[in-house]
Amino acid sequence: MSPVELVEEAQEPAEASTFSLADLLAESAAALTARPTRTLLTALGTILGVAALVTTIGLAKTAGNQIISRFDELEATRVLVRPEERQQGRNSVVVNVIPFDAGDRLRRLNGVVAAGTKSDVEIEGLARSVPVVDPLGLNEFQIKVVAASPGLFDAVRATLETGRFFDHGHNDRGDNVVVLGPGAANRLNITRLDNSPAIFIGEQTFAVVGVLRDVEREPDLLNAIIVTDGFARDRLGLLGPGEVHIETDIGATELIGSQAGIALAPDAPDQLRVSLPPSPRGVRSSVQGDIDALFLILGGVSLLVGAIGIANVTLVSVLERTGEIGLRRALGATRMHIASQFLFESATLGALAGLIGTSLGILAVVTVSFFRTWTPVLDPWLPFAAPLAGAFIGLLAGTYPAWKAGATEPVTALRSGT
Amino acid sequence: MKTPVVELAGVRRIFEGTPPVVALDEANLTINQGDYLAIVGPSGSGKSTLLHLLGLLDTPSEGVYRLDGIDTAELGERDRAGLRANRLGFVFQSFHLLGHRTNVENVMLAEVYRKGSKSERRTRAIAALERVGLGHRLDAFPTTLSGGERQRVAIARALVGEPSLLLADEPTGNLDSVTSEQILDLFDQLHHGGLTLAVITHDSDVSLRAERTVRIQDGVLSEATVVPTGDSP
Ligand SMILES: Nc1ncnc2c1ncn2[C@@H]1O[C@H](COP(=O)(O)OP(=O)(O)O)[C@@H](O)[C@H]1O
Ligand SMILES: [Mg+2]
Repeated sequence: MSPVELVEEAQEPAEASTFSLADLLAESAAALTARPTRTLLTALGTILGVAALVTTIGLAKTAGNQIISRFDELEATRVLVRPEERQQGRNSVVVNVIPFDAGDRLRRLNGVVAAGTKSDVEIEGLARSVPVVDPLGLNEFQIKVVAASPGLFDAVRATLETGRFFDHGHNDRGDNVVVLGPGAANRLNITRLDNSPAIFIGEQTFAVVGVLRDVEREPDLLNAIIVTDGFARDRLGLLGPGEVHIETDIGATELIGSQAGIALAPDAPDQLRVSLPPSPRGVRSSVQGDIDALFLILGGVSLLVGAIGIANVTLVSVLERTGEIGLRRALGATRMHIASQFLFESATLGALAGLIGTSLGILAVVTVSFFRTWTPVLDPWLPFAAPLAGAFIGLLAGTYPAWKAGATEPVTALRSGT
Repeated sequence: MKTPVVELAGVRRIFEGTPPVVALDEANLTINQGDYLAIVGPSGSGKSTLLHLLGLLDTPSEGVYRLDGIDTAELGERDRAGLRANRLGFVFQSFHLLGHRTNVENVMLAEVYRKGSKSERRTRAIAALERVGLGHRLDAFPTTLSGGERQRVAIARALVGEPSLLLADEPTGNLDSVTSEQILDLFDQLHHGGLTLAVITHDSDVSLRAERTVRIQDGVLSEATVVPTGDSP
């Protein structure tokens, strides 16, 4: 061999060490699966943290949606008008300016679905369904009596068990007809109307034209005897209806609220008090705000604990695997290769924890929704973001242990045995 | 003449401290291709220090180390690591096998930090295990093997990819005498196959088998032509 060749051979570039991505993946996977139970326990804190966060965010969203639809259905379509109480000297005086045709006037407004009046009235005597007064009083009851205009039934979303609602003819004539709430009908023992039953209150006799099944508003009607406004006006001396119930189109409450006063009492709208349901948005944000803050803090704390858990166990495993680190360095690993493997392991662990945590969280949201008959609502980004967040936490938690692993001197590491 | 595998010229290794320890002093050593070198000396004399320097796991405080003619002082970390991956094989007293990997996987680990084809890793690992007589325990875990078998798995790992130099630090230190003999027989066999070996030992049996013996006493290296009769205390 010539000296030239010798020089060339001496200058031959050294082969740099490499650690391919495929090998990085394989080595990390092998390390993580070597002790599956420990891996799972290490990830537990992060799993719980991510699960708590996903559950919180998912439930808040689901519940928020639920609250909105409740308001849409019932509250967001309801307006109530009452006479305004006024201070006159020391006494508060109520001047009732609500007209008996309040329901009809309001129906003319655009956005009103139904409107009717309701007043508490009193008829002397107990109610009974038999004409003869029983001396023992066994068949006589003290039952609440309410006067209503025909429009009230729609305004409170009443449904009938049997018969019909009284109509404008009954009302205008002040007929002796009643509609019974199911509670009142039950006590008076009236189940059928085909034999034209009558009830008696004190000296008065009434024909029963209908029995309610249910109402969605004003549940006191369920236990009441409902007479016509006309009867109350003509025979009981009712001067004006006690309150007006209005069912509006969705979203029309503010508008109707502003118009109702003028429609009912053009010369004295300020003598009426119009109540609107609380804004659904306001309620939702206050309820959701409370839930969110609490659970997000809880989720955040458990994530932090989870991160510390990963950091702690990874650090312990760096110490345990000192011999392995020394061996890998001897086999040609650089500091970077060692550090990147440990970092990748903890990031993978975090991502895995995120994935499991997300699944558990979604399961929790679906389960709670099932039992509360809600529709589960999830932001589409959530199942993707949560594992990423887990990976980020793992990365963060693994930084110091990985650096420590990379900085281990191979000679020292090999002396540790194994 | 071929390039020597190892050329050490005036190499010192001093560990800082009070007082500083001169673990290796002015060492000059040449190992040629095909050599079988035994490094003997009492405990604490600097044998491991020498081996770590030869294995590029440690750097000399002074002096020149050329491996296969490459001046190692001028190399960056990745190139030094690359030389370990491609040209050096290590065998340790305590085996250093990963308990959660099978024998063949442990041997395949030798090629993780090497460039080149990955598809044949398993084939090469199996060939290496067959070479050390463990072709029948490929998928067993090292924890189920005897000490001698474990050391043979470690030797197989060092052999994959035909290193320029196999470095062994007390390879029989954890083994009984019968098993030690088997390992030494294996070394003889590898030596006859052309492998260059440097084996640290304080066992005179080992040095009897080697063709060259280097003696270290208090960090001072001297080549012995006559094998010493025993270890100093
Ligand atoms: N990292 C170190 N720091 C300080 N002194 C060391 C270090 N490593 C080894 N030594 C010292 O160097 C000397 C040689 O050690 P070593 O090469 O391990 O001996 P051997 O392997 O022959 O038993 C010993 O005196 C030892 O204490
Ligand atoms: Mg030693």
